[in-house]
Amino acid sequence: MLEDFFNVVKKRFNDDDDKQTPEKPVFKCPRCQSSVPLEHYEELHRVCPECNYHGRLSARERIAVTVDKESFTEYDADMLSCNPIDYPEYEEKQAELREKTGLSDAIVTGEAKIKGSSVVIGVMDSRYMMASMGSVVGEKIARAFERAAEKNLPVVMFTASGGARMQEGIVSLMQMAKTSGAVKLHSHSGGLYITVLTDPTTGGVTASFASLGDIIIAEPKILVGFAGRRVIEGTIRQRLPDDFQLAEFMQEKGFVDLIAERRKMRSTLSHLLKLHGYTE
Amino acid sequence: MENNKTAFERLQLIRHKYRPTIRDYIPLIFTDFYEMHGDRLCGDDGAIIGGIARLDGRPVTIIAEVKGRDINENKKCNFAMPHPEGYRKALRLARQAEKFHRPVICFIDTPGAFCGVAAEERGQGEAIARNLAEFMTLRTPVVSIVLGEGGSGGALALGVCDELAMLENAVYSVISPRGFASILWKDASREQEACDIMKITAEDLVKLGVAEAIIEEPLGGAHNDLDKISENIKEYLSHKIPEKCQKDIDVLLKERYTKFRKIGQFSE
Repeated sequence: MLEDFFNVVKKRFNDDDDKQTPEKPVFKCPRCQSSVPLEHYEELHRVCPECNYHGRLSARERIAVTVDKESFTEYDADMLSCNPIDYPEYEEKQAELREKTGLSDAIVTGEAKIKGSSVVIGVMDSRYMMASMGSVVGEKIARAFERAAEKNLPVVMFTASGGARMQEGIVSLMQMAKTSGAVKLHSHSGGLYITVLTDPTTGGVTASFASLGDIIIAEPKILVGFAGRRVIEGTIRQRLPDDFQLAEFMQEKGFVDLIAERRKMRSTLSHLLKLHGYTE
Repeated sequence: MENNKTAFERLQLIRHKYRPTIRDYIPLIFTDFYEMHGDRLCGDDGAIIGGIARLDGRPVTIIAEVKGRDINENKKCNFAMPHPEGYRKALRLARQAEKFHRPVICFIDTPGAFCGVAAEERGQGEAIARNLAEFMTLRTPVVSIVLGEGGSGGALALGVCDELAMLENAVYSVISPRGFASILWKDASREQEACDIMKITAEDLVKLGVAEAIIEEPLGGAHNDLDKISENIKEYLSHKIPEKCQKDIDVLLKERYTKFRKIGQFSE
């Protein structure tokens, strides 16, 4: 799967060669502004070699860099959301996003192995309506935890979200209760739940399953919080410090166990799983 | 009786200056109320009050979001927008109720959880999340009533329950209509339009499977007859609390989980 991911990248470059682009594509880091060859940035799984900025990965890319090759089996791949409050053009918007991203909604869940240990894994994808949580995201997460409880498997959730999906109204709010209840059910069965906070984890996702991991890991410098920065700045009428709501800030405040760089994530997860007895 | 008011009209009604608050209701519904303070971790939040009282002689735990009736009360209760310590106080009192086999009655009345620096630093998200998970398995009956505004996660944190009732003009939404308009249309002034499509009234919520009961308000709204609305709330609770207390707790918990588990609309 990792290979597939690189093939896509390679293909992208080859396409560029066909067009006889004189220069190699460049990645310009939004944090440190330095320019590095895109190829190098992609080789590092979208981490800036200069400042360690962790760029966003799609769900498929994240799975490819996290789990053992060809070990992933997807759950509920065909689940599609309805339109509970008849929000105008919601279906059209979804169809467009499905076409564009190849996703059916904002999360991919399934079973896989991480260095031999079987896990139930969920990965949110911010390209799909900012990975907001509506009926499908809520249902897939609840089922993932329920299945993990049945099979005595640990759960690893990579979170990223703008929060509840407004377009589904109150139904989206209720997904917070549904997913939190499912986490509790899995926890009662004795299962380990590891949350990996990725950029950005906010709103109703922070206020539900993302904050309930037995162990909470975060990628460096990612945004994690409940209320949006602009909302708070509007309330207090002053600018917030730059590090406000970054992973390191939240760790200092006591809400993140450890910060792990992307290149170490797979081995970190593997070690933690094995420390809890989840061996091959 | 049918309520012909639009969601927007109801929103104005529940923001009415004389809309009764939990402080008005407690003496008319309960006896022997003792307020309990603090989360035992950080402080005592004024936006959520809690304590022990009797309902028809039966000891119960009350947890409620408080709106202020004037500027001084509002300062104290932060306009009913709780900080994390409010939610943690709620959980502490719920655990206490569980230990002493008292049912829990939650009253929801908030524009939302407070959005501020201190709230973030003390883990607003974690506090709400913890309540959702812990109330789901709390081994004592929980009944929640939305008195006025049920705003977002700040309301849901007291809303994981065996049964949810709405006062007739109360609303419950994923975000305030103003916030909805601001986020989706980048125009907060389209509040009324947001009200029209959000499905936030008591009838909407019953249809969507979020609420189970509607408590009738006096003509023109709760503020027109405090005795009558208190009587209606009490009647509902006097019927509902014994009913839930009679149930086997494991059955009750299964039903509580299923209530939330089945909310959602998707195809496969």
